[in-house]
Amino acid sequence: MTIRTDALPTQEMTINMGPQHPSTHGVLRVILTTDGEVVTRAVPDMGYLHRGLEKIGERVTYAQYMPFTDRLDYLAAMNCNCAWAWTVEKLAKIEVPARAEYLRVIVCELNRISSHLIAFGSYTADMGAFTPFLYAIRERERVNDLFEMLCGNRLTYNYARVGGVSGDAPPGFLEKTKEFLDYFEPKLDEYNNLISYNKIFVHRLANVAVIPAEEAVAYGLTGPNLRGSGVPFDLRKDEPYSVYPKFDFKVCVGTGERGTLGDCFDRYMVRINEMRESVKIVRQAVAQIPDGPVRAKVPRLFKPPVGEAYFRSECPRGETGIYLISDGTVNPLRLKIRTGSFVTMNIFEKVTRGLMIADVVAVIGSFDIILPEIDR
Amino acid sequence: MEAQVLFDTLKGKFGDAVVELQGEGCSPAFVVVAPASVQEIARFLRDDPALSFDSLMCLSGVDYKEKFAVAYHLHSMKHRHAIGMKAFLPRETPSLPTVDDVWPAANFHEREAFDLFGIVFEGSKDLRRILLPEDWEGHPLRKDYKYPDFYHGIKV
Amino acid sequence: MEALAISLVNAVPLLAGVPLWTVTLLLMVAVAAVILVFALTFEGVGSLVLRKVAGDIQARIGPNRVGPNGMLQFLADGVKLVLKEDIIPANADRLLFKLAPYFVFVGSFAAFVVVPFGVGLIAADLNIGIYYVMAVTSLVVIGVLLAGWASNNKWALLGGMRAAAQIVSYEIPVGMALIPAVLIAGSLSLQDIVRSQGGLLGIFGWNLFHNPFTFFSFFLYFTAAQAETNQTPFDLPEAESELVSGYNVEYSGIRFGLFFLAEFGDMFIVAALATACFLGGWNVPFFHVGTLPWIWGNLLSLGVFLTKAFAMVLIMMWVRWTLPRLRVDQLMRMSWKYLVPLTFVNLLGVSLWLLVFRGKGIPGMIASLFG
Repeated sequence: MTIRTDALPTQEMTINMGPQHPSTHGVLRVILTTDGEVVTRAVPDMGYLHRGLEKIGERVTYAQYMPFTDRLDYLAAMNCNCAWAWTVEKLAKIEVPARAEYLRVIVCELNRISSHLIAFGSYTADMGAFTPFLYAIRERERVNDLFEMLCGNRLTYNYARVGGVSGDAPPGFLEKTKEFLDYFEPKLDEYNNLISYNKIFVHRLANVAVIPAEEAVAYGLTGPNLRGSGVPFDLRKDEPYSVYPKFDFKVCVGTGERGTLGDCFDRYMVRINEMRESVKIVRQAVAQIPDGPVRAKVPRLFKPPVGEAYFRSECPRGETGIYLISDGTVNPLRLKIRTGSFVTMNIFEKVTRGLMIADVVAVIGSFDIILPEIDR
Repeated sequence: MEAQVLFDTLKGKFGDAVVELQGEGCSPAFVVVAPASVQEIARFLRDDPALSFDSLMCLSGVDYKEKFAVAYHLHSMKHRHAIGMKAFLPRETPSLPTVDDVWPAANFHEREAFDLFGIVFEGSKDLRRILLPEDWEGHPLRKDYKYPDFYHGIKV
Repeated sequence: MEALAISLVNAVPLLAGVPLWTVTLLLMVAVAAVILVFALTFEGVGSLVLRKVAGDIQARIGPNRVGPNGMLQFLADGVKLVLKEDIIPANADRLLFKLAPYFVFVGSFAAFVVVPFGVGLIAADLNIGIYYVMAVTSLVVIGVLLAGWASNNKWALLGGMRAAAQIVSYEIPVGMALIPAVLIAGSLSLQDIVRSQGGLLGIFGWNLFHNPFTFFSFFLYFTAAQAETNQTPFDLPEAESELVSGYNVEYSGIRFGLFFLAEFGDMFIVAALATACFLGGWNVPFFHVGTLPWIWGNLLSLGVFLTKAFAMVLIMMWVRWTLPRLRVDQLMRMSWKYLVPLTFVNLLGVSLWLLVFRGKGIPGMIASLFG
């Protein structure tokens, strides 16, 4: 869209979008400079939720840090839990019992489903259709019930442990999980019928904020945002960790089916399709899970050897990479958490230039950012 | 690509600017480079067809107590290999050239390292505090950081 | 109204000594009160029904705490709105800020005056009925614009500007889509329009089935009118997720309540106009209500009219909870590039039809074939 300057002189307007705004998904503040409805510049201002998680990490032991990872991304706490456990295990070269790894994969994928459900639901709510949001919440409740059964918590699970998980699955958990999968899979088609291919919805998303593949890579986008641009890169497949190599699933990428490759619609659709793949993975994991212990012997005050490790895992909002430096004491020397949302915000200013205010909302929703992960 | 091979390539190309290979206990291994030549080495790593590290996974500031470091974690979408690059900086004047025109992704990470460590990235497009308020004093992730008692009259 | 006053004076001997203008004035006040009570009741119950419908569509229960099955929720909401603190932002333009809700409410309420509720139930059968509705509902845009401007809030201003652009753009297709009904009846009066759809054809006497153009016209009207009254999916002026709450973001208490009531009032007006102009109004199929005693005729026709109107309101609620929202440029494009040309073509079509077939509709022609 071009802005005419030769006609009536108009003044640009600066608007604060957030930190309290229904569609910024938390306490994100965007300083919008607009010419009427057209955004000329949108500068994100973060840090309202900065809790110093990295600094805290230098003061607590490796095991004590586990609950803090819950607060990293509260919509996908299981993934963050496991990411931390895997990082420490990589650093200290701890062998984890197979059953624990299977349980981790099951909860990670279930959590991916519940996180993508929120992404889907809140996105449609951002677009003005409130109904699908409640449908998504309804399904997410069942995932929460499963997690409550497993570890007693519904939001911040604190389930993984260095060397395994906190406890074995209670009797009936795996059956309940299967039941949920059978219930959930047809719902995805229902969502597609309900809203995904709705004409207005498609018109709002297609061709908005197109990110070409090279740009997505250069800006370090990961997860669904990268795959939405058509780059088939998934850490579960391309840098396999845990027991992921044993499962058969496909990497969902954007196809540009309704507009240009890499637009908001592609990013949205990748999430919908990924839920189906997660269902597949959980089904296989539930079928294959071996018996055995769920936790390796790790001393309570354990000291990993001096060293540095960078572990990346596929979280719902992109790659969560944890860079962990140990100096041989009980506390880490430094821990840096690279989160998908934080990196994604880097490209925000670039893609929102020249869009309308309503599109800025669409972009934020399509990135599926979450603020605790950005601000840490 | 093996870290050792890569190190040798870099050593042959840049000579003394490439200091050592830090492989022991590190995964991925780090190529330690001189801070002043970070940018050209980064550009080479990205543009060389055999390396083509097109994505910067992570850029972190580190406080090793006696010195600072900036650690770059690189990954190549094309060859699917990864490497670390590290530059040690003196505590007193931690500054090195920016890499945000090599990898645009670096900008936010550099802003964060500037914010929390006070590491200055020369030539950066936009080097402002990112997580803390503009008028915050000090850089909290430094090991010698003293917690303030008050911020604008509010008890911290 | 004066005729009614004269007949009343003739009927009640006690009023003989009272000057005629007093009786007329009192009657006017009484009728206004009746309509206001109806409007407020509708708006209250409408809000409850809206929430219940929303609950049903969204796989949840909806309000169920206040009164049996949540039936008194609207009273609780009303009491809450009245008792809430009325906040006026420090930098707002106080006079305009206070004035704006009245414009909106009056604009929406005044339209009730010409709604033909029944065979004799109309507050004022103006001979410019439709024109009057279009005129007074335009008052809403002034109120909304004032609210947006006076709040001294940029989100509100954006909302107000959107509303102005939207309402002004969509008034044209709305007006053009209603004109076919006027052409068929040969009158702007809503009562005349309703009467023109009576007769022995039953529901095929409705303008909706008169000819293909009027059939199309109904849907054009319904779509454009939804947009003109800022209903979802055209609720851009108060887009919750974009403009926080749009033009009424700074309003609270009863002033917010007035906006809220006006929204429901608009909803009913749209439904009522659609009913009167296209769906046969209060006409009972295959039956002449004029032949019944006054009281029964009116009650029956009132029932028929309200049934149709409420069905339309329910459809609007259904649409509201189903569709996402358009973007502002798409909205404008829809009006100027699609709806405006279509309504004009449609109008031309209806005019030609009436010229060629001498005012007869398809059902009428079929009926005349069989004598």
